[in-house]
Amino acid sequence: MIYTAGIDVGSTYTKAVIFGEDQRIHGRAMTNTGFKLEGAAERTLDQALEEEGLDRSRISYVVSTGYGRYQVPFRDVNVTDLTADAMGGRFFFPETRTVLDIGGQTMKAMRLDGEGRVKSFRLNDKCAAGTGAFLEKTARYMGYTTQEIGPLVATSKDQVSISGVCAVFAESEVINHLSHGSPPADIMLGAIVSLVERSVQLMKRVQVEPQVTLAGGILRFEAMAGVIRTKLGIEVNLPPGELVQFLGAIGAAVLGQRRLSRLEQEGIGKKGARTEIETATRM
Amino acid sequence: MAYAAGVDVGSTQTKAVILDEGRKIVGRALIDTGANVVSAAENAYVEALRESGVQEEEVEYVVGTGYGRYRVTFGDTQVTEISCHGRGSVHMFPQTRTVLDMGGQDTKAIRVGAAGEILDFCMNDKCAAGTGRFLGAAATALEIPIGELGPTALRAEKAVRISTTCTVFAESEVLSWLGKGKRTEDILLGVHQSIAARSISLLRRVGVEQELTFTGGVARNVGMIHALNRALGLQVNVGDESHFMGAIGAALFALDHLLGSRIPASARETTA
Repeated sequence: MIYTAGIDVGSTYTKAVIFGEDQRIHGRAMTNTGFKLEGAAERTLDQALEEEGLDRSRISYVVSTGYGRYQVPFRDVNVTDLTADAMGGRFFFPETRTVLDIGGQTMKAMRLDGEGRVKSFRLNDKCAAGTGAFLEKTARYMGYTTQEIGPLVATSKDQVSISGVCAVFAESEVINHLSHGSPPADIMLGAIVSLVERSVQLMKRVQVEPQVTLAGGILRFEAMAGVIRTKLGIEVNLPPGELVQFLGAIGAAVLGQRRLSRLEQEGIGKKGARTEIETATRM
Repeated sequence: MAYAAGVDVGSTQTKAVILDEGRKIVGRALIDTGANVVSAAENAYVEALRESGVQEEEVEYVVGTGYGRYRVTFGDTQVTEISCHGRGSVHMFPQTRTVLDMGGQDTKAIRVGAAGEILDFCMNDKCAAGTGRFLGAAATALEIPIGELGPTALRAEKAVRISTTCTVFAESEVLSWLGKGKRTEDILLGVHQSIAARSISLLRRVGVEQELTFTGGVARNVGMIHALNRALGLQVNVGDESHFMGAIGAALFALDHLLGSRIPASARETTA
């Protein structure tokens, strides 16, 4: 079996996926990125390998992505987050034309053509109010951890309006609502709705086309996807379970398999593959 | 002797000042606002009274200001903090024509006339970048008390360029510079310079006219004073009581009322 690895070094979490030529996932892992990016990539890859007792020598090709993609010294190639997300989105849902990826410190919306090429994209990495950090902060102001956001918001009965203009100003807003007796679950839902509104704005700027596929850890919370469906007025695809968080890493690993097999057919060595992808994905 | 008081309920701290008829500050207090705004106002007022030795019934008029001015339940009236900072600054530094008020969650650039009347103002209403919170985030990340930020920045050799605008992301940027081996002093100088640059773009929108008086909680920060002076190429006015300026202005309006002059309606709802 030929295996490839996709490593997505994000601002908050690093994800690694081992992908086989059988088009199946053979291991995955996620760790906190921290400030030593190289260490994060190695640690996460090794954890992902452990799942099926593989070792690094079994990996034929390593594709890195994410903001720390250049800090993966053992990569064969690096691709942008956009390329990886596009590939990952189409792996689960071949009809994907729009991808929304909400990460810890960035939000990306992209539109693809029928071949999966990125035709248009917009991103926000300047303001925390439009990223996962907004929900994380809102939860923290109320004494909840990121992991507790999902279960908390599931109990919400109503929505408290949160302006979502600034993640710092949200603190006073949250404190104000709490002191007026609003339940934390409803405040959390309000924060989710305001984040979704920003994501819908971003998606509209790339001109949403169905199907829409979602990515990013925040989307594990079912409430989030539900609100996006309502606001967009169309169905959205959600990769199964925890995999929504691994979309970029999966896309990178799938890309690795695809390149390897193509190059094999063409009889070009691995070294040739490296240059080819680098040219193709430079943005 | 009659006394007047001003209570400035800010997003982060609440300040109270007691003035005598001769416009002399006889008592002052500063406490964290916290979640209970009403009691923050009361506590600051009681503490200022204690410091002055003045009895509550001797204070004949109280003006509330700041974002929580309507929560000063014992206040006789309210005046916006923009008017109060203008009024206070011109009283303390009569040549003041521009005021930069840098607080915990907002920064305001104000242009004033010779009598302290507001000619124009502009503030960061959408985003906490360029406010005291940015310094707070750096202090948390570097584990340094807020009071030591400025003095530490002054010991820098070469500023680290801070690229993030968002206060939330500033914390991780500061940590990543630390991880890359940059000195705390140099990172902090960069943080101060970045806030100074943002407030200067705010100041340019109202026009900088000499003299410029620096007020608000961050006016206590020697590093910020230094960064502003360098970036603006002038010496900003700042005094020991600059962070009480809003409360001082409020107390001056209260005294006006006592001495028979009306508080202008424009001071109650400042619009530019």
